[in-house]
Amino acid sequence: MLKSNRDPGYRFLYPKQYRQGELPMIRKLCLITLGLLGTSVAHADWALNMTKGVTELSAETYDLHMLIFYVCCAIAVVVFGIMIFSLVQHRKSKGAVAATFSHNTTAEVIWTAIPVVILILMAVPSAETMVRLEDSRDPDLTVVITGYQWKWHYAYQGKDVEFYSTLARESNDARGKDSGIDVFSVDNYLLDVDRPLVVPRGAKVRLLITSNDVVHAWWVPKLAIKKDAVPGYLNEAWFRAEESGVYRGQCAELCGKDHGYMPIVVKVVEPEEFLAFVASEHDEKARVASAN
Amino acid sequence: MSSTTHSAEHHDDHGPAKGIKRWLFTTNHKDIGTLYLIFSLTMFFIGGSMALVIRSELMMPGLQFVHPEFFNQMTTMHALIMVFGAVMPAFVGLANWMIPMMIGGPDMALPRMNNWSFWILPIAFGILLSTLFMNGGAPAGGWTMYPPLVLQTGNAFPFLVFSVHLMGISSIMGAINIIVTIMNMRAPGMSLLKMPMFVWTWLITAYLLIAVMPVLAGAVTMLLTDQFFGTSFFLAAGGGDPVMFQHIFWFFGHPEVYIMILPAFGVVSEIIPTFARKPLFGHDSMVYAASSIAFLSFIVWAHHMFTVGMPLTGQLFFMFSTMLIAVPTGVKVFNWMATMWKGSMSFETPMLFSLAFLFLFTIGGFSGLMLAIAPADVQYHDTYFVVAHFHYVLVPGSVFGIMAAAYYWLPKWTGVMYDEKLGKIHFWASAIFVNLTFFPMHFLGLAGMPRRIPDYSTQFADFNMMASIGAIGFGLSQLLFVYIIIKAARGNGVKATAEVWDNPRGLEWTVPSPAPYHTFENPPTIKE
Ligand SMILES: [Cu+2]
Repeated sequence: MLKSNRDPGYRFLYPKQYRQGELPMIRKLCLITLGLLGTSVAHADWALNMTKGVTELSAETYDLHMLIFYVCCAIAVVVFGIMIFSLVQHRKSKGAVAATFSHNTTAEVIWTAIPVVILILMAVPSAETMVRLEDSRDPDLTVVITGYQWKWHYAYQGKDVEFYSTLARESNDARGKDSGIDVFSVDNYLLDVDRPLVVPRGAKVRLLITSNDVVHAWWVPKLAIKKDAVPGYLNEAWFRAEESGVYRGQCAELCGKDHGYMPIVVKVVEPEEFLAFVASEHDEKARVASAN
Repeated sequence: MSSTTHSAEHHDDHGPAKGIKRWLFTTNHKDIGTLYLIFSLTMFFIGGSMALVIRSELMMPGLQFVHPEFFNQMTTMHALIMVFGAVMPAFVGLANWMIPMMIGGPDMALPRMNNWSFWILPIAFGILLSTLFMNGGAPAGGWTMYPPLVLQTGNAFPFLVFSVHLMGISSIMGAINIIVTIMNMRAPGMSLLKMPMFVWTWLITAYLLIAVMPVLAGAVTMLLTDQFFGTSFFLAAGGGDPVMFQHIFWFFGHPEVYIMILPAFGVVSEIIPTFARKPLFGHDSMVYAASSIAFLSFIVWAHHMFTVGMPLTGQLFFMFSTMLIAVPTGVKVFNWMATMWKGSMSFETPMLFSLAFLFLFTIGGFSGLMLAIAPADVQYHDTYFVVAHFHYVLVPGSVFGIMAAAYYWLPKWTGVMYDEKLGKIHFWASAIFVNLTFFPMHFLGLAGMPRRIPDYSTQFADFNMMASIGAIGFGLSQLLFVYIIIKAARGNGVKATAEVWDNPRGLEWTVPSPAPYHTFENPPTIKE
């Protein structure tokens, strides 16, 4: 997945057989060490980890995340292992007699140098992904996203299609303090909107993100995009969804009282379906215009 | 130090004044240290009860107790109070009590300013807390005060700015006092590199405070003029730049993070050698590591802003510089490990808190390393993963450091040993509940739950329930802490010796317990 297979350090840290797919066993092992598996098997729905997403870059992001996670696990095993050994062995109640050393130049050089090497090995693939994340040239479709308190506005550039997207009615009815509605009975509670952003599968979609009032952030985990919507700025992000489907996200920057109630839904459809969507938008617009 | 040696002119200087005047007008570093510590503990409970409002609301999906507006007020106030009211004053209190005794000086160098820098704090927090009762409620735009949102604050807004100014003035005065004390009041023979680590980390912290608190003051002043005097520093419509505020804020904010952790590094660097019965490993490299961390803290600020839309080169720079911090931080952790290695350890409460610090701060360090990876940070940013990360470094990091210090020096302050059995119960309850509270938050964040939301999608329900139960348990455990402190402060316990622990290093252990009102009126002789 990562192009950094060329990098020998990368290969060392991330052996080939692990490079593709999830690592259910290792993940479970790590979770056992973290003491939480007992609860997680009881409830299979629990998401414990970052999504791999549906774009090349979301998969790369996931791989980076797992890589640094395993690096941390490895360091943790060594560091905590030594500490626990020391706590068990070098205790007064076992009759341990304290040594008196307080310097060891060799050890100090080693434990300064090893982290430097690990960090360089991490920095290379991270920088590569970073470069690709920022490369929004030559898009197939551009959508201007504007954040409002508390909804999103989508405008398809050059397609004459635009609309607001707000929290779906079922969620809105249930969210009040005294709504009397069990939120568990609402599908996709707080993660559903009246009108999703529709984009074609396989197209490079460029997003130009801004805000009309305060700072918001447009975040869809499966697309690995989180970009602040800042008044006066036009931030760029891009994605190319490989699979059609419905992908949900939320505003990720505190934007006032209804910050928690401005979700994002992106519907990735087949290209023909997208053309039909645009056409129906035009029809609807013409119908409204003639009705007036 | 006995009262028979004083001269006739200042015969009343040797004991405290009586009644409330003792505390209002005191210039004694020990009294002021006590005031800071009591203030900090009070704020810890006020900020903590706000955290419990937050966790109660988040226990289950759907709104049960509060409205979103009030929820946002709670998250904002919880952060401001814990950062500026609980953690920072606790360390200043420890500095007041211990630095003069550790360097063999008679008091702080600027005792009247010392009084003033404390008494500003209750005023600042009185103002801040009063906003809860104002029209429009308390500040609700987050402790980061990002414009334009913060400018939507109601009547509370100018009071927020003013109270931040006051906190800044208090911190700057405290920092000046600490630097002047360390530079001028050391006993003859105590060269800089002979100073204990707690003194060293505080010296570095004090410089950080002086460097960044004025930056924060400037930022909030610009907010104030944007709101009331027609300027547009941060308003795009008037040609200003909302992102500039974030840069300025985090230029303060990142060093601020180290302001809250470096003194805790100092504390555990005192405690671990005592209970390992072995000198601190690599004292000088600890000093250099702390200094490097302080330097790096000035060039990493924009890692809080990887999603704000910076140029690629900017993002790469801040990613690399942030990753670098892992090196000196690693050096510190390895040095503590090496201090323990081949020691003769015993596990009294201060040591237990220090060890929990070592393990759990390291976990916070790992998540910090993950957050440094900019592409992955895009997914972590503003989620519960971040909440988990900074609570790991702040609660089992800074707060456990403070608690370790409190247990370690309490016998010196009160003259009696605290209740060891209750101390251990307090430790285990705190350590278990702190993990129950914050560990599940990693999963919540990775699974996609944004921070600062009052309600959430049902898939996040179970981990939130765990976190809330943990938070309530943690909060209740702290009542035990108060009980233990009061019990010791009232003199209930085994009489402590001057040394208190088993052959500890440091001048503070050469004076009697409780430490007399005035110590080291004549400088001690430094051996070695
Ligand atoms: Cu928003």
